Amino acid sequence: MLETNTILEELTAIVGPANLRAAAREDAVCGVAPQFIVEPQTEQHLAAVLSRVSAAGIAAIPRGGGTKLDWGNPPKRAGIILSTARLNHIVEHAWADLTVTVEAGCTLHSLQSTLAKRGQRLAFDGLWPERATIGGALSTNDSGSLRLRFGALRDLIIGVTLALPDGTLASSGGKVVKNVAGYDLPKLAAGAFGTLGVITRAVFRLHPLCRTTRTVTFTSASWGDMQQKLHAIQDSKLAHSGFQIRGHSGGPPHADLLFEATESGLAAQTELLQKLLLSESRGSSIPPSIFVDSSPQIWQARQNLFSTRQKESVIARFSVLPSDLAKAMRWLDPFHSSSHANWQAVVQATGIGFLRLDADPSELPAQIFALREQFERAAGSLVLLRRPESLGSLDAWGNPGDALPLMRAVKLRLDPQSTLNPGRFVGGI
Amino acid sequence: MEARIFQEFRDIVGPRGLITSLEDLRTYECDGLTNFRVLPRAVLLPSTTEQVQSVVRVCHRERIPFVARGSGTGLSGGALPVENGIVISLAKMNRILEVDLPNARVVVEPGVINLDVTCRVLPQEYFYAPDPSSQSVCSIGGNVAENSGGAHCLKYGFTTTHVLGLEVVLPDGSLVHLGGKCLDAPGYDLLGVFVGSEGTLGIATKITLRVVKRPECTRTLLAAFPGTNEAGAAVSGIIAAGMLPAAIEMMDNLAIQAAEAAVHPNYPDCGGLLLVELDGPVAEVAELMQSVEAICRENAATEIRLARTDHERLLVWKGRKAAFAAMGRISPNYIVQDGVIPRTALPHVMTEITRLSREAGLRVANVFHAGDGNLHPLVLYDRQIAGQEQAAEALSYKILELCLAAGGSITGEHGVGEEKKRMMSKMFTEPDLDTMQRVRCAFDPLLLSNPTKVFPTPRLCGEKPGEYVPHPLEISGIAERF
Repeated sequence: MLETNTILEELTAIVGPANLRAAAREDAVCGVAPQFIVEPQTEQHLAAVLSRVSAAGIAAIPRGGGTKLDWGNPPKRAGIILSTARLNHIVEHAWADLTVTVEAGCTLHSLQSTLAKRGQRLAFDGLWPERATIGGALSTNDSGSLRLRFGALRDLIIGVTLALPDGTLASSGGKVVKNVAGYDLPKLAAGAFGTLGVITRAVFRLHPLCRTTRTVTFTSASWGDMQQKLHAIQDSKLAHSGFQIRGHSGGPPHADLLFEATESGLAAQTELLQKLLLSESRGSSIPPSIFVDSSPQIWQARQNLFSTRQKESVIARFSVLPSDLAKAMRWLDPFHSSSHANWQAVVQATGIGFLRLDADPSELPAQIFALREQFERAAGSLVLLRRPESLGSLDAWGNPGDALPLMRAVKLRLDPQSTLNPGRFVGGI
Repeated sequence: MEARIFQEFRDIVGPRGLITSLEDLRTYECDGLTNFRVLPRAVLLPSTTEQVQSVVRVCHRERIPFVARGSGTGLSGGALPVENGIVISLAKMNRILEVDLPNARVVVEPGVINLDVTCRVLPQEYFYAPDPSSQSVCSIGGNVAENSGGAHCLKYGFTTTHVLGLEVVLPDGSLVHLGGKCLDAPGYDLLGVFVGSEGTLGIATKITLRVVKRPECTRTLLAAFPGTNEAGAAVSGIIAAGMLPAAIEMMDNLAIQAAEAAVHPNYPDCGGLLLVELDGPVAEVAELMQSVEAICRENAATEIRLARTDHERLLVWKGRKAAFAAMGRISPNYIVQDGVIPRTALPHVMTEITRLSREAGLRVANVFHAGDGNLHPLVLYDRQIAGQEQAAEALSYKILELCLAAGGSITGEHGVGEEKKRMMSKMFTEPDLDTMQRVRCAFDPLLLSNPTKVFPTPRLCGEKPGEYVPHPLEISGIAERF
């Protein structure tokens, strides 16, 4: 279709010849090759491109830094990559009002560096900040350890501008932290995987950067014991900003707590935590080992799960109730029954976990189905993020529940031609 | 409405669940915004989700518009009945269904009173954070519809931050579950869209809330300033110092006088009063409170008081929370407004409000959630004096336009409802509003659920792309639509 010169000429006329090029091999999305990469310089151009390809029945795959492009299901079609790389400006940092307006293609690192000059931050620790963009982090609903204290990006976003496939540029929310005028479409855009519209800009509420932080690490003999400690800590007066649990198939779990406070606050909090852990361990033969000054590098654990040379690794995100955590870890038993299989996990105290499975690919589909069923039976979920191409036909999402017809209806209202990311989201959306 | 329909309603909710007599219907002709009144054809009080579904199915079949109602404390006319429509009151669905503290979740029916959630988990030292001033009477269902705020949402977030799952009766009577007890259910965040949609997308019949552990300590400081500008400068100073207080509230002299007359909180008599609450670990709070005091003094505070006991703290808050109702002590009638501005625009906006107030010859009392720039100007007037009500309404809308010009919003927590739907086109463009309404059409293609609210002109959903009816093959999972 794209070979028809008229469309190509029209797209070139919109964005200029410098911002349109033929796709290369590495631009493929889950093995599906697009034909062109279009990099509009303004959101108006982006909307115009989207409207033009949509009218021609050509699919568009939105792309930011491309770091999470392999998440989700493979697209049914991939006509063009609609890149936000050139929409990367920080429009306004209203530091005295603790808000920022930023274009979707701005990298997390570039945004955070600008905010840090005023002692502020977007309270979000996303994956691959050097390359990942705001638009991509929002669309994929990425969330790290800080979510426990500050919420996810859905809780920090206060305004959004979306380009819809009919060329509409629509804003909702605003520039103020508190605002209930109209529907909360920023939340709809967050986590929609670019299937409803392309996020072109977002407004966020900000938080002050903390001057002094401390990471305290402790070990537990078992996941059951760890879950008890998790509950005791969450039920205590400790005011931590992050809480992750690291574990793997071959040993006991470790937990890291992040404290952000004044100097005296840090000392008091550490002492309180030590007391609490000791009293929790009373009666146990092994006292917990506690390291009160772990390296901040430890918070890279989630990202490190993805750095594997094994081509056959599967990376998944799961969600359980915190009280089901120890049980959920037992569901992983089949993954270390043989010497070839093992797993690694980084679980947040919110019940969101990241899991790496290294196992025989021929057995993986059945094992993943069984594992997902257990999570879903416990009201949770298991979503595949990264997997070998041989497992490309496995559904990434699992059961979206009884709201699927409603989700399809929303999709149909905003993207009736299924121009955006066709087939990549839940239920074939 | 035909007799057979009333009979059908009666069969669903029982004779005691149906109100049709004129004098009883009067109770429901308005909500907390009393200058708009519409008499509904009937009020239904279902006591189960199934009953809500059955009632809504009848409405869908007969094309009868309906308005869901909680406690009726809303301040924007969101629960105002619509012409020829019915009101569905959720007041009978008021059970707390589950308390799961290991996961900090509480599951409630929509008619549960906001404060009752906190009361239920307080013995274990948890609380439900969103605390609108009406929290002792307003319902969780109403809070969900309005995305209610409150003084402490500066630190803890709004209702939307604390709602994890919903069971919703859609406008065609079908039942869906949005979100859930676990985070990040696969699919669109329709939960986030539903919260704050002001009853236009369906009726929530079960709500999963997140509750929060009470902090180690809470300290409240009162600081008196010569005027609101000095108080505002202190607020900016506190934020610039990198602090995130649990709440920062401001009142001007007229608001202080009213609160004193009503509940005697023993506030200092001054031009601008600041109430700053810090919570968290003891050591941390003590250190930060010293900084707050210093910042207040740098900004010309004339008096600083720390509430020493829980009793003193509650009294300080009582004055603030009673501020709206207290206006009755100093004026026969008043309009509560709910604008938001970027905090830095406060001095300019205050100067302009004073000017507009003088021009209109009407007094304006000011109560603010100062930390997040949410203003509640109270326009005082006397309905008995010809033309004053219209003048007061005009003034309150002018104040909202002022907020918009400063880059703010027409509502921070009270909602758009009936009152401010015409202001929506001043805040949003036609494509912005149209996009929101496309989402509404996905939920409610026949426009039956609170149809006349929020949007200045309801968008007809039309045939293109049309109401989505899944093919039987799709339902059975044999085929998919792409």
